[in-house]
Order: sequence, then structure tokens, then C-alpha cells
Amino acid sequence: MPHLTNTNILNPDTWIDNYADYLYNYAIVRVNNEDTAKDLVQETFFAGLKSAKNFEGKASERTWLISILKRKIVDYYRKINSKKGQAEIKMNFYEDGDKEGNWIEERVPQRWDNEAEKQIESEELRNALEHCIGNLPEKYGLVFRLKTIQGFETEEICKELDISPSNLWVIIHRARTQLRKCLEDNWFKK
Amino acid sequence: MFKWFSITCDEATTICDKSQYGEASFSEKIKLKLHFLLCKVCALYTKQNSMLTKICQKKTAQNNCLTKEDKQAMKKVLQEKNM
Repeated sequence: MPHLTNTNILNPDTWIDNYADYLYNYAIVRVNNEDTAKDLVQETFFAGLKSAKNFEGKASERTWLISILKRKIVDYYRKINSKKGQAEIKMNFYEDGDKEGNWIEERVPQRWDNEAEKQIESEELRNALEHCIGNLPEKYGLVFRLKTIQGFETEEICKELDISPSNLWVIIHRARTQLRKCLEDNWFKK
Repeated sequence: MFKWFSITCDEATTICDKSQYGEASFSEKIKLKLHFLLCKVCALYTKQNSMLTKICQKKTAQNNCLTKEDKQAMKKVLQEKNM
């Protein structure tokens, strides 16, 4: 088994050229935005540098760095899980009274014009959606992205984010009703 | 009997959201179809929701790279730390 030489560990320049993109890709699909992903990658290199002396050479350098990044991502999930009182989501249904579970009148879906279907390919529409996702509370945006855009399994998201499946569906439901309304207001109503 | 089938719009749209990922159960789908008979709003929601799914699918999976500048900046910070 090839032993990692000291220069390998003490020369972080090669880390960035060899692994930065790989780590960044791993992070970006799991967190909400580019800046967070960059920070996580940077922190991973820091942590790697700090604990380089503990590296036993059992795993490849890349595997070792990924394991550090994974811990960083879990920490990040914990942080947004515990964030309280952040931008709250608008309710779409009455929460109590006679009309409990019914649509709130001004949130009722409006008809989109017949051309709507043709715009699916539009780049600007995708950007409009991106903008709408960005307006969601961080945790909602994250869960929606993981599930819908990155195609993670429900079970996997629940495990990583430490939430229950029913919790996940409530979040998806609120995110989707919110996104529908946002696209309607910003795009299809025009 | 009717009560068993009857769901609110909130519940109906939740089932609709689940079915976007193919994760609604058989009985949920029946309840949803029956709800559509009574509620055109939720039927419309479902149509638009499918469109949201389609737009998202178009967004999927581009490969992301860091820019040269990003990497340069990282190197610089890391070197400083390593001094």
C-alpha cells in the first residue's frame, strides 16, 4: 500500500487542484446555495490541514476529505433545523373554524393562459423558479431542492436532516403551494 | 362511508404533492380523484403542480465547477493558515 508522504499532506495546493471541484459538487447538491457550498469546502480543507497528522493513510486522500465534508454538512443541517423564527411561510388553507382545510380565497389558484405549457423550456422561467425557491425559508428550499431537483429518496433526506417523513411532506406541501403562487404572481399573470 | 372518502383541499393538495414523486398510496389516489369531482380548484392546482415538476426536471443536474478565482482565493487563505 502506498504510503502518503508528508509533502502530500503538507502541500494543500494540490488539494485544491485535485479535489475542490469534487468536494464542491458533493456539497452543492446537498445545500441550498453556492456560497454555503464554497464555505463548506473551504472549511473542509482547513479541518483537513488541522488534522493532517491524524491521517493514517488507510483511505485515499479524497475519501478522507469527503468524510470531513460530510460532517460539515451534517453540522449545517443541524443549524438550519434549529433556526427559529425565520421568514415564515404564508398559509394557503384555513387552519381552523368552519373552513378548516379549505383554500383561503386570495390564495386560490388562478387559470394560467394556454401558452403556459409552451414556456416550460424557457430559461427565464427557470430563473423565475430559482428566484421563488430563494424566497422560501432556508429549510423549505433545501428540502424541496433535495427531493425535487436532486432526486434524493425521502428516507435519505429524513435521515440526513433528522426529520420524520410526515414532517417532510408538510414541508414539501407548503413549499409547493408557495412556489405555485409565486410563479403565478411573477410569471404567469403577466 | 362518505366521510371516509371526503378530504379537505389541504389534504387533497398534499396527496397531489406526494403523487408528483410517485409516493401517494392507492387509497390516497382514489380519495384525490373523488375530491376532483367536487373541487375544480384542486384539479387546477394539480395541473399546475405537474407543470412545476416539469420545470424542475429541466433544471436537474448540471455539473458545477468552482471558478479559477474561487480556487485562487481558497489557495491563498489556506496558505496563510498553513504558515
